[in-house]
Amino acid sequence: MSTTAPDFNLRASGRVRRRQAVNRLSLLAASGSAVLAVAVLLLLIVSVIVKSAGALNLDFITQTPAAFGQTGGGIANALVGTGLLILVAMAMAVPIGVFAGIYTSEFARPGPSAIVRLVLDVLNGVPSIVIGIFIFGLLVVGHHQSGFAGSVALAIIMLPIIARSTQEVLALVPGTVKEAGLALGISRWRTFLAVVLPAAYGGIITATLLGVARVAGETAPLLFTSSIAPNTVTTNVSQALPSIPVTIFTYSESPNPEQHQQAWAAALVLIVFVLLISIVARLFAARARRRALGR
Amino acid sequence: MLAAGFCVVLVGLLAYKVFDQAGSAISTFGLGFLGNSTWNPVINKYGAADFIYGTAITTAISLALAAPLAIAIALYLTELAPRVLRTPIATLVEMLAAIPSVVIGLWGILVLGPFMQAHLEPWLHSVLGWIPLFDGDPSQVGLLSAILVLTIMVVPIVSAVTREIFVTCPPELKEGALALGATRWEMVRTVMLPYARSGIVGAVILGMGRAVGEAIAVTQVIGGTAGIHASLFGSGDTLASRIASQYQGATSNLQISSIAYLGAILLVIALIANLIARLIVSGVRRPRTGFAS
Amino acid sequence: MAPSDSTRTETEQSAAQPAVGAPSAAELRAAAQTDLGERRADARPAPLQTARGMEARDVLAWYGASQALKGISLPFAPNQVTALIGPSGCGKSTFVRCLNRMHEEIPGGRVEGQITLDGHDIYASDADPVTVRSKIGMVFQKPNPFPTKSIFDNVAAGLKLSGGKRVKRSDLRDRVESSLRGAGLWEEVKDRLSAPGMSLSGGQQQRLCIARAIAVEPEVVLMDEPCSALDPVATLRIEELIHELRQRYTIVIVTHNMQQAARVADSTAFMLSGELVEFAPTNKIFTDPDDERTEQYVTGKFG
Repeated sequence: MSTTAPDFNLRASGRVRRRQAVNRLSLLAASGSAVLAVAVLLLLIVSVIVKSAGALNLDFITQTPAAFGQTGGGIANALVGTGLLILVAMAMAVPIGVFAGIYTSEFARPGPSAIVRLVLDVLNGVPSIVIGIFIFGLLVVGHHQSGFAGSVALAIIMLPIIARSTQEVLALVPGTVKEAGLALGISRWRTFLAVVLPAAYGGIITATLLGVARVAGETAPLLFTSSIAPNTVTTNVSQALPSIPVTIFTYSESPNPEQHQQAWAAALVLIVFVLLISIVARLFAARARRRALGR
Repeated sequence: MLAAGFCVVLVGLLAYKVFDQAGSAISTFGLGFLGNSTWNPVINKYGAADFIYGTAITTAISLALAAPLAIAIALYLTELAPRVLRTPIATLVEMLAAIPSVVIGLWGILVLGPFMQAHLEPWLHSVLGWIPLFDGDPSQVGLLSAILVLTIMVVPIVSAVTREIFVTCPPELKEGALALGATRWEMVRTVMLPYARSGIVGAVILGMGRAVGEAIAVTQVIGGTAGIHASLFGSGDTLASRIASQYQGATSNLQISSIAYLGAILLVIALIANLIARLIVSGVRRPRTGFAS
Repeated sequence: MAPSDSTRTETEQSAAQPAVGAPSAAELRAAAQTDLGERRADARPAPLQTARGMEARDVLAWYGASQALKGISLPFAPNQVTALIGPSGCGKSTFVRCLNRMHEEIPGGRVEGQITLDGHDIYASDADPVTVRSKIGMVFQKPNPFPTKSIFDNVAAGLKLSGGKRVKRSDLRDRVESSLRGAGLWEEVKDRLSAPGMSLSGGQQQRLCIARAIAVEPEVVLMDEPCSALDPVATLRIEELIHELRQRYTIVIVTHNMQQAARVADSTAFMLSGELVEFAPTNKIFTDPDDERTEQYVTGKFG
């Protein structure tokens, strides 16, 4: 049947050419989408850099905000505040998150482990503004805003990230390593301390860094808990602490162009911080993976 | 053990506390709150209808924009990009997800907003003005700005999950399609998209959770007015952005309680979306049935 | 892959090649003689449909910098079964993938030399790879039905691509039926065409893939170790099927099972380290090879 066709050839027929055209168009669209995404990222970063150029100087990170009607000033108070908020949040979230991660991946039976995993996923999906309302109701109503309340809100956001990443890293530690420890007659817990933990050490640092990167820019949970803050450098966590994200938020809503410029500069500081932490976290993750797999 | 138990208790406490605060608004307005579009501190009457509308329309349109874009990016990263570029570009797209929402909002209000007013919205109006969505006066803030900002935030989430699933698509299936005389795009359509379908649905729902819950960036660009109108150029408010914008303005306990009620609605939506998405995505990641079965 | 499947595949594999390491020379000779002698003399009817032959001239192939094929020249006579044998890594799979331009889909994959289908160079600048692949079908090592598609849609997949929406539903049904009949699967699945392709057994899945490949009416069907994941009974059915397919198509089959080559092939090519050692009628390869290395391989002295 096919040999009877006199014009046998391997060139694309009209229909195949149309299919090829659709193919090229679709693939071009896919490439275009990727270009668009990268372009948006670059546009964002370039905007932040360009627009903050005038405001970024030593004063900006060493001075407190200028008094009303004056120019200059900086965000030293917010820098200190954000640092403190993150540190206090870490002090709460890291131990709980790491232990929850260890428990679910190493010690729990499948049933409870699945429940805790689910709960962590759920917690991870709760909008941060709702966490703000929760802490507002728990710690602010009847008292007043405080850095501590803000830190608790941030800690709740960090918690599932740290726990989940810890689980993932521990899952990478080969079962044979654990079995080797158990076979030596060492208890589960001792095996864990002696064998698993050192292998997963870098991963737990990664988990912490990822948590920090995530909460450093969080604004929503701080609005209800630690937003009405003084313009001075303070380390008193029982009072509301200023923070970089909230500063950016309030400046961005202000009509004052100078505050806009300060917001851009604060955004640059924030982005640099977050991206640096993310990159360091990636490096640690890669190293932890290599170690865990014994390469 | 203690830590894990703590996490479980924490989530319970969270839900309890949010609903507890919403209590007086719930008992005053009941479920009618959802359908009532008044938000008036002067007469102390509150309803969520406008914000539910704002949330629904911004989320729906931003997902409609983000999903195809994200799938296309995932496709580019798994099938088209030169090998050396794959990881760097994937990292860049993921970096987009790491940028704090307050910074995207800042950009949205100071860069995107003026551009929207001067160029994009007039153009959309002249081309598509016959559709009510694109009717109205261009402005710096409004639903459309919120939609674009949300799109930027959702794309990296959806594309990361989709890419993970595309990568696991068995090469023998892709070869099977090519050997049958499929073009690359036809291979994607006949093999990869069906293979990844439920995972993509899960990813989009995950993105939806993000879009519904995003408060800050939306507050910055949406304009913050109640009201239901078809035009995307006009301002509006979502559940999350209304909560955020009221943080210092609450004058009565009932208003605070109503804000918590908005939060409770948000919590319920987010929980449902998340559970569904996790179920679907984890179902996909479970080992698939083998070829010999 | 689910654990139960992988274990099953393993047992199938080990069962399928009980003596792959060292078939005795006598066994092979017997296999070659009975199958080729008797079957060919008595049971080989004239082709129902004349297919086109292929020819490879001095084919070179690379994966990145490493060369996999070092100049292979082979004819594939129309309506004949040609087997490619050789130890793992000898390049037989690479070669068969060059025959329908699938090798270039692998990152770093590169091909040189000339391969013709009925005199038309498939690597010519105006030759379209999509068209080439629709004329030269392929069946893979592992059955790979499209997991989300039904039995019917699996077979119809290629047709829908090439015919688009213009294919009439009734024509599609006819072609699916004839393809499933051609693959010896129709009787087993005619009552459940809408069941998922993955619901079939491994051997049935492989015949489904054969049906899918012949549904687009190719000239040549390439088979890359099509039975290596199947049990002996399923293997036998595929081998019988190959005898029938030869009446309509030119067949090239890669196999590491020498008895299989002896049973199904008219001609056999023995490859070693990317080179063609010997090509001859199957009978001769297994009973009286010219090259010492071929002799050693077919008698199980190495490989």
